[in-house]
Amino acid sequence: MAMKTLIEAISEAMDEEMARDERVFITGEDVGPRGGVFRATMGLIDKYGAGRVVDSPLAELSIIAIGIGAAMAGLRPICEIQFADFIHPAMNQIINEAAKMYYRSDGQWPVPMVIRAPYGGGIGGGLYHSQSLEAIFAHVPGLKIVVPSNPYDAKGLLKSAVRDPNPVMFFETKKGYRLIKGEVPEDGDYTVPIGPVNVLREGDDLTVYAYGIMAYYTWQAAEQVADEDGIECEVVDIRTLLPLDREGILESFKKTGKALIVYEDNLTMGYGAEIAAVLSDDGFEYMDGPIKRLAGPDVPGVPFSHPIQEAFMPNPKKIAAAIRDLAGY
Amino acid sequence: MADLSKDTLLDMYRNMVVIRRLEEKSAELYQQGLIGGFLHLYIGQEATGVGAVWALGEDDHVITAYRDHGIAVSIGIEPKYILAEMMGKTTGVSKGKGGSMHLADKDKHFWGGYAIVGGHLPLATGLALRARYKDENFAVLCLMGDGSTNIGYFHESLNMSAVWDLPVVWMIENNQYGMGTAVDRASGETELVKRAVGYGMKEGPRVDGMDVLAVYDATKEALEYAKKNGPILMESLTYRFVGHSMGDPERYRTKEEVHEYQEGDPIRIFGDKLIGEHKVTQEQLDVFDREARDLINEAVEFATNSPNPEFDDLFVDIYS
Ligand SMILES: Cc1ncc(C[n+]2csc(CCOP(=O)(O)OP(=O)(O)O)c2C)c(N)n1
Ligand SMILES: [Mg+2]
Repeated sequence: MAMKTLIEAISEAMDEEMARDERVFITGEDVGPRGGVFRATMGLIDKYGAGRVVDSPLAELSIIAIGIGAAMAGLRPICEIQFADFIHPAMNQIINEAAKMYYRSDGQWPVPMVIRAPYGGGIGGGLYHSQSLEAIFAHVPGLKIVVPSNPYDAKGLLKSAVRDPNPVMFFETKKGYRLIKGEVPEDGDYTVPIGPVNVLREGDDLTVYAYGIMAYYTWQAAEQVADEDGIECEVVDIRTLLPLDREGILESFKKTGKALIVYEDNLTMGYGAEIAAVLSDDGFEYMDGPIKRLAGPDVPGVPFSHPIQEAFMPNPKKIAAAIRDLAGY
Repeated sequence: MADLSKDTLLDMYRNMVVIRRLEEKSAELYQQGLIGGFLHLYIGQEATGVGAVWALGEDDHVITAYRDHGIAVSIGIEPKYILAEMMGKTTGVSKGKGGSMHLADKDKHFWGGYAIVGGHLPLATGLALRARYKDENFAVLCLMGDGSTNIGYFHESLNMSAVWDLPVVWMIENNQYGMGTAVDRASGETELVKRAVGYGMKEGPRVDGMDVLAVYDATKEALEYAKKNGPILMESLTYRFVGHSMGDPERYRTKEEVHEYQEGDPIRIFGDKLIGEHKVTQEQLDVFDREARDLINEAVEFATNSPNPEFDDLFVDIYS
């Protein structure tokens, strides 16, 4: 095992998948010599050439639509969107084409593609470089949605995404790219399956559900309240948001009966509402307290100025406070 | 040729110098961690912004992309409000919510910078629709980078403006790169104005974007044309002397290339012209430079001493 950052793990996954399968190619803005704005594709053009690491014009709709067409034709595209905020021009292609293609072709035309998009706030990006968009796409059956929280999962899940015969949206926490480090196997191919949730930490007092950087923060908060207050949280990393692992989500709740759901996106109609619904539908008999959510406030965007950006973002301190509140119920 | 008084010429020169000093200072503040997020400088492109904005008539409107500091200064937003925005203060142009990419001032008919590349083009079409709707005599100047000509918004906006004869001057600030991608790697037709033909729109000039008066003249003429006839597409050929944003490793171009363009610094070119043709002295120009530095230093002080937004400010201005 070696310590890697989240972004290193993501780069390695693409590198290894390109080496393994010559159908795999990358396209996006400045993914070639520049290596992408966050350097996720750094060096890949030197290894695999400009035919497989393809700089595109500034055209998100086409970056994704070309991926769909190429996938239908038998290739394995990885489409990079520089910031999730720029994905909106491709909404039609994702929702009307990628998600529906297999269904409308009676199972004849799978769309094996990956859309990678850095999401989230906390880096001073302001209103148009900070959005979390998972809830919007999680409403679209036919898509798979993955949001990893650590390097091991990021690499294993991205490899699974490349090999998956369906369109997979892979949202990467840009704030966590270099902040989050973890052990990744040095050699040997491994994958992490798309689907099951992952228990990051065991505990009996209550369950906290999160994904992406919020799972990382939640783990930190859980360690803190264990040390300081003796509260033992179970931390469930959702990591695959669609399709949803209802069983996995319920399992922890059966034990603790209390749930806090943490996400960075705006609270109302956010992804956490669905987790709450699962717990209420199927976990009512285990319920031992209100199902609580801690999320970004309902404002149109993550503002630029540092103090109000921080006011927007959930963080370990806010999560610890919410855990204490719920534990005291 | 521009028929401008000496005072106006000097004001235009001052405007360019203020932009340059503002940009240098904001780079410094960024390096000190006093400006966060992303910062895209206008250094090298001053002649385009100043020439184009000074050509606007009282009733005309302007809208631009995210590389907007130079346009904001030229339209008359005081640098202190710009720096305060970049530093995230409540006295900033959008009270710290937007940052440097979304400067705007409706009273000055400046509809702002837009961080989503190309997203503002259809808005320009809509702004111009009003002129035909209410039979008003104004034009909209829509500035954009060369990169934004390849996103679908460009096609829809230009076509509609042509079909409806809307008074828009579509001006491409062609600085030869969209981030790290050179124009010829992104556009099939590299003479971008030629695209006008496909829309049945007037093909405007490719003006020397390092010559402020050439930009001024061409824009003035284009605005007149647009008001009378309908849209026109033009280019200002320019160059950014610095990276795409702060921390750009600039692997996509050589140092020699950058140096070569820096030889043609638009501020120096205009200064030389003022000295050579308008009896201005170097001492006078030096005074402008000192004044610009003072202005920017005062702006930094203003911004530094301005308050930060607080929690409750998050919830202001969500619905009208
Ligand atoms: C829709 C969209 N895609 C991508 C980006 C990221 N991005 C910001 S600026 C830029 C390049 C723009 O180039 P150009 O239009 O030539 O403007 P310049 O930077 O040269 O002023 C890119 C790719 C974005 N902001 N919006
Ligand atoms: Mg450009």
